[in-house]
Amino acid sequence: MAYLELKSVCKEFPRPGRSGVSAAVAVLRDIDLSIRENEFVCIVGRSGSGKTTLISLIAGLIEPESGEILLEAKPIDGPGPDRGVVFQNYSLLPWMNVFENVYLAVDAVAHDLAEAEKRERAQHYIRLVNLSAAMKKTPRELSGGMRQRVAVARGLAMDPKVLLMDEPFSALDALTRGTLQEELARIWMETRKTVIMITNDIDEAVLLADTIYTLTPGPGATLGPAVRVETERPRSRSELSGDPGYQRARRETLSILRSKKTASARRAMSAGAEIILK
Amino acid sequence: MEKRFDSAAMVLPLLGIGLMLIIWTAISLKVAPDLPSPWRTWQESQNYILNPFFKDGEMNQGILRFAFLSLIRVAKGFSLAILFGTPLGFLLGLSPKFHQAFDPVIQVLRPISPLAWLPLGLVIFKQSEPAALFTIAICAMWPTVINTAMGVRSIGTEYLNVGRVLKLSPMKTLRKIMIPATLPYMFTGYRLSLGMAWLVIVAAEMLTGSPGLGGFLWQEYNSLVYSHILLSVLAIGLIGFVLDRLMGVIERRFKTA
Repeated sequence: MAYLELKSVCKEFPRPGRSGVSAAVAVLRDIDLSIRENEFVCIVGRSGSGKTTLISLIAGLIEPESGEILLEAKPIDGPGPDRGVVFQNYSLLPWMNVFENVYLAVDAVAHDLAEAEKRERAQHYIRLVNLSAAMKKTPRELSGGMRQRVAVARGLAMDPKVLLMDEPFSALDALTRGTLQEELARIWMETRKTVIMITNDIDEAVLLADTIYTLTPGPGATLGPAVRVETERPRSRSELSGDPGYQRARRETLSILRSKKTASARRAMSAGAEIILK
Repeated sequence: MEKRFDSAAMVLPLLGIGLMLIIWTAISLKVAPDLPSPWRTWQESQNYILNPFFKDGEMNQGILRFAFLSLIRVAKGFSLAILFGTPLGFLLGLSPKFHQAFDPVIQVLRPISPLAWLPLGLVIFKQSEPAALFTIAICAMWPTVINTAMGVRSIGTEYLNVGRVLKLSPMKTLRKIMIPATLPYMFTGYRLSLGMAWLVIVAAEMLTGSPGLGGFLWQEYNSLVYSHILLSVLAIGLIGFVLDRLMGVIERRFKTA
């Protein structure tokens, strides 16, 4: 049975017209997605394809025009800590240190724990992302990579049913990104959270995901067929390049992305041709 | 190289002050014979400066004693201003409806001069001291109100989304996210409000005749001791400058937090 399910979800944004009449533009349409418990799902798409919109919908930060989003067969009702979010950037509160940022999340969800237990739990997640030494530092004093580790720790500290990650590593340099990807793989092996991660990096998706979906370029983006990554875990980047399962998943994802690109380009061209013919 | 820059930083302000003194002397010699020259001002004022804490009656005290009385009054008025101004700014920033309802009122009240508020204060409170505080508070409040409202409106959605995902209670969202995010704006408002309060103090004291720098200034004008007007004016300027610098230091501390 599906753990998290999206049923023909559509999202439009108003685009103010020149005469003040707003015309709605479909950002996402007919999104159907079904995710099992403990599954790691990556959604790959180009920038501007509505990836962040999709995560915001699942998080409940915005509402779809039509369609349904179900978590454990119940429709979601606004945002909540059962769907923890790791935002792309800038989401750590700069007036709090690392510990306080994570503690805020623990404190918000674990109402019945004593304070000592809550502190212990916050420290546990900071240890999990290897930041024990930076407990008292403010986000300003941390590198980009360290900040995103804190964001991951905070997301996990909510003990969510689903962890949503919106291009968490896209702002980092390649080396740091690689390290964080491997750490995330290790953390996922330990926690087995259900994860939906948005990314524009196919290699990142293949390294981390059980299942990869592609998002066609927007507007009116929709999801392509699922690509399963069968490669055994733990996966290490150095061994992956020779792995046939990895190669196949990478090739399939790429070809779906390419074919959709040409398909939508064709669609756009024929639409243009029609206008000219009229 | 560095040393030359340092000496320029020392010499240029002194040059500016020297030029001011020359212009002042020229005016007192050529244009307005009633205006005491810098030298006469010093001679007639030195008792107030060299014995800054003497007290020889309500309206004859050392300059720092007067300054202290004025500062106490400003502190009270300024406290009232931020006590009322900060929550008002928050309401304006949080609720578009509240903003629509009260922004016109505020825009009309804001340009009213302290000279206009004071008689009203006297009508309402019947006594000079509360009327003075009322005037200081109501004139000094607006920068706090406006900056706080602007700060609240510019809280990043990212931060608010963190609160929404965590389902923080409204009180907790206010305490953990909104107030800390608005603090830098609030302190800019406080600095401007304090400057305003200091600006108003002179008018308030002049009209109520309360002891303080402004009251002293007005009394000495009436007693034709013009050098003491200049003494008060300089003291007001210097203290205002120091206050602004102090608030600037506090403000910067919150900017980096």
